[in-house]
Amino acid sequence: MDRPPVVTCNQLCKNYGSTPVVRDLDLAILPGTCYGLLGPNGAGKTTTLRMLLGLSPPTSGTLKVFDRDITAHPREIRARTGVVPQADNLDPDFTVAENLRVYAQYFRLGGPEIEQRIDRLLKMVELENQRHMRIPKLSGGMKRRLTIARALINEPELLVLDEPTTGLDPQARHMIWALVHRLKRSGKTILLTTHYMEEAERLCDNIGIIDNGRLLTEGDPRSLILEHSEAHVVEIRGDLDPGVVSSLDTTDCRVERMEDTLYIYADDADTLSSVAESFHAMEPLRRPANLEDVFLRLTGRDLR
Amino acid sequence: MTDWSLPTPRREALAVWYRNILVWKKMAIGSALTQFGEPFIYLLGLGYGLGMFIGEMAEIPYLAFLASGFVAFSATNTATFEGMWSVYTRMVPQQTYEAILATPTRVDDIVLGELLWCATKGLFSGTAILVVATILGAVESWTAIFALPILFLTGFCFAAPALIMTAVARGYEFFTYYYTLVITPMFILSGVFYPTTALPEVMQSVVSFLPLTHAVSIIRPLVIGQPISDFWFHFSYLCVFGAVGMYIAVAMVRRRLII
Repeated sequence: MDRPPVVTCNQLCKNYGSTPVVRDLDLAILPGTCYGLLGPNGAGKTTTLRMLLGLSPPTSGTLKVFDRDITAHPREIRARTGVVPQADNLDPDFTVAENLRVYAQYFRLGGPEIEQRIDRLLKMVELENQRHMRIPKLSGGMKRRLTIARALINEPELLVLDEPTTGLDPQARHMIWALVHRLKRSGKTILLTTHYMEEAERLCDNIGIIDNGRLLTEGDPRSLILEHSEAHVVEIRGDLDPGVVSSLDTTDCRVERMEDTLYIYADDADTLSSVAESFHAMEPLRRPANLEDVFLRLTGRDLR
Repeated sequence: MTDWSLPTPRREALAVWYRNILVWKKMAIGSALTQFGEPFIYLLGLGYGLGMFIGEMAEIPYLAFLASGFVAFSATNTATFEGMWSVYTRMVPQQTYEAILATPTRVDDIVLGELLWCATKGLFSGTAILVVATILGAVESWTAIFALPILFLTGFCFAAPALIMTAVARGYEFFTYYYTLVITPMFILSGVFYPTTALPEVMQSVVSFLPLTHAVSIIRPLVIGQPISDFWFHFSYLCVFGAVGMYIAVAMVRRRLII
């Protein structure tokens, strides 16, 4: 039998004053899955996460976590949830291990059991050797790992990760991906926001793309690409001859232009090959369509 | 849309209080110097220096008069500083509360925890002055020990408006206004340096609304070993002031953090 969703939003709305930031959001996150919430800056991702933690009262609609209404049971819900916030907010007055110990107290947790858990978590995020280090001495990647360990101190069933790898080097990013995979395998439900489409494709079972507070589309990464983009792309960069560009109108291709780059999309590989051929002097880049193409198609290429 | 419902703090408030105790313990040795050093200069300089010319104030040796008032002001001052500069640091640049609010600990708990902590720190600094005053021979009665809980209460009273200022502050500069326009005049007017009866009558009635006046009215007799007049009036005034202050502080911090 299917288990009920861990998170359910129903017609969820949030206004700041008269400005709507989240509009009619319907969302369901199934247990043991990783859901990726994608959207440009200011799309309403962080506001949605804040509502989910009971830190921002919804203007209308309902939001249930663990089948409990967030407005009525915020403490119970937070007791079963772990949060990795977007900005680092580790306690700079404490060491690595102290950060975990002090944080546990906010959950009314302590004692020898928590000490064991701290040891285990520090081992898991590979910070055993840093346990007596002060926070300002940690690198960005170490801080993120410690924040993840901190989010696990209450053994949460739901983990909320708000841009967990922003600003990290590739090594740190890969380690965090491995951690997230491990947590997912251990049965945790994960809600993730990110600006990295590769990250979303790797980690998420389901993805929702939001813009201007509205959910534009939802589905697993593969089917989103199939649904919203042609299968193949050719990218051409450089000075473009207007005549050649307009000649593309007669083909079956969809063309997007951004500054001096042309993106030519088509389902048929042969069509695209012949197009690429006609631009061969400009070293066209051929690749399969990815989530980023879907994202840009749905939310536009304009800067925010 | 400020949430004005009554505060319902829980045991988690103690976790917030304890966090600050842990940090304080790390810094205690360094801060002890300022904790004892500054009042020492004040009492020695003003108490002995001015006392030489003044002799007695309201039939009390001036050093004892000043020291007993200074004890009360010290709790006020320390709680005010902690409630503004330190709480703001935790709330805005460090985002400590943002992290705490992701746990079952709520705004109501954070505010009570911080008020208790500011009161504790006020008690520490008031006690430090009492110790200095005792060494200088300015404490005239063992009843001074009963001043300690009143110092805690005084710290709590002043922490509340400090937290309200913090909740509406956009930056540290804002605190200078409150300090210069409220705390400093109160320091001068509330009977720390001379009895409030020396003020013009209009000023006397204004000053009687200031909590520091009531704190001094209780603490001074305890330090110099005289009976307290109207103890319950002064005590109740401080309690009500602290309770109302906490209520407003909780509402203001909710408005700032739960958006």
